[in-house]
Amino acid sequence: MELLDFARGPALDFAMLVFVLGVTWRLVGVLLLPRLRDRSAPREGAPPRLVGALRAIVRRMWPRKEFIQVTLFSTINSYVFHLGLAIVVFGLAAHIVFIHDLFGLSWPSLPSDLVFGVGVITLAALVAALVRRLTHPVLRLLSGPSDYLSWLLTTLPVLTGLLATAQIGARYETLLAAHILSIAAFLIWFPFGKLMHAFLFAFSRGATGMRFSHRGVKV
Amino acid sequence: MTDSQPLGEMLRERGVSRRAFLKYASYMASLMALPPAAAATMAQSLAQARRQSVIWLSFQECTGCTESLARSFSPSLEEMIFDLISLDYHHTLQAVSGEAAEQARRQAMRDHKGKYIVIVDGSVPTAGGGVYSAIAGQSNVAMLAETVEHAAAVIAVGTCAAFGGLPEADPNPTGAVPVSKLVMGKPLINIPGCPPMPQAMAGTLVHLLSFGKPPELDALLRPLAFFGETIHDRCYRRQFYKRGLFAKSFDDAGARKGWCLYELGCKGPVTYNACASLKWNGGVSFPIQSGHGCIGCSEPRFWDRGGLYKALPTGTGERRRVVPIAAAGGAALGVAAAALARGRLAAAASKEAK
Repeated sequence: MELLDFARGPALDFAMLVFVLGVTWRLVGVLLLPRLRDRSAPREGAPPRLVGALRAIVRRMWPRKEFIQVTLFSTINSYVFHLGLAIVVFGLAAHIVFIHDLFGLSWPSLPSDLVFGVGVITLAALVAALVRRLTHPVLRLLSGPSDYLSWLLTTLPVLTGLLATAQIGARYETLLAAHILSIAAFLIWFPFGKLMHAFLFAFSRGATGMRFSHRGVKV
Repeated sequence: MTDSQPLGEMLRERGVSRRAFLKYASYMASLMALPPAAAATMAQSLAQARRQSVIWLSFQECTGCTESLARSFSPSLEEMIFDLISLDYHHTLQAVSGEAAEQARRQAMRDHKGKYIVIVDGSVPTAGGGVYSAIAGQSNVAMLAETVEHAAAVIAVGTCAAFGGLPEADPNPTGAVPVSKLVMGKPLINIPGCPPMPQAMAGTLVHLLSFGKPPELDALLRPLAFFGETIHDRCYRRQFYKRGLFAKSFDDAGARKGWCLYELGCKGPVTYNACASLKWNGGVSFPIQSGHGCIGCSEPRFWDRGGLYKALPTGTGERRRVVPIAAAGGAALGVAAAALARGRLAAAASKEAK
């Protein structure tokens, strides 16, 4: 139980400190960067920049039909584990209690067994993503230690959460402590690796959308 | 009736039938989760055993542990333990007082040297040389050291004796420590709880009497038979936990429907005790059945673990204070980083212009 006390107390406090500080630092730093002014004349019928940005954010949630064949597996697999993570994180009663304690927000939870099932599917999809990364020659070449660390720190909370729920491998308090510590590790790494895409994807897609909707000719 | 008489003979003289005695042994064997054959062995061993000398030391405690055993549910099978032991020293239950009481303790220690069992309830204050609690002019620390020196085994009953309990809670002004911090080299059994379950106390004593050794213990020296499973494992409200049905306050519709109390701070998932299976007051109820979450009283430092009503998955630290400070620090760093980038860009532009 001592480990659980450490996890619930100082470990979570430190992780939250690094997470909030790191995310704010990167977001404020990126958003305050000087913008490159596009002095070209807008193309005919160009939408307002913000609309162009929002369109790109939505449109790029699914690949263009020319690329579907090549990216079908990674697209579907990514959807599976992203949606799975969302269901697990926001659907389990224990997680809602955690969020409520932090932000005062609350909503009805999903049945524990259902969330457990989704967790298993999520874990399988994460393993599949790793296998693909390791076996795909180009993807393997592009991957560095930081990518594998991001994968590991995303997968560990899912794995330890499932073990804690099923009470496999150790006593519940040890597994719960391991789960909380794995989340702490995830939060600490989050601002510094590619996990930051959870915040930055909208801005990078939006910036591209703004530029592309402004220039050239309408396709 | 003499202490040298075998227990079986002594109980027969007192009108306890063989049938009742066997029933008692079976009850205790089943409580300890022993195999069916062990009940007969237990009955046989107990019948041949002599009354066990027990010295019960009460230190920084509230007498709840004694009350739990002595008034468990009269007449109860747990109470029968008093027929099997010779309680030679116990503040609440002994007839004598003052010097005569201390004399009785020392007499028992002399007469049963190396064979008596010491039961302790309450934590031991160590600050200021143990000045915070003394009995007959002797500090608790000194009395414990003197009494356990020739004991066969030591049993710490209640969370105060087992883990420090309430006296040890922050800021622990008396320097209270559990028995395990002071007793070395003796078989030690912890039976925590506030109070501990009478079945756990009686069952452990009967096991010691029957088999001459402690029952199987966990890492915190608690008998696995009573502390092997969590309250949550055996809770009748667990079905609601699995279905995601939780009471949000103690008087909402969920609470009235008997839904899970997890969100109201129930510590059942991390508390090892037998309350949910054996229950209290002769099997009538236990805290969760009465509508209150488990407070985790049989676990170390239960008083200092973030609050009795703080839900288990929530943090216990200072995150509400940490988050705004971190956000302000991050924003300042971000502004500084952007200013630096703008400065570099401006310098590059002016260089290009030249």
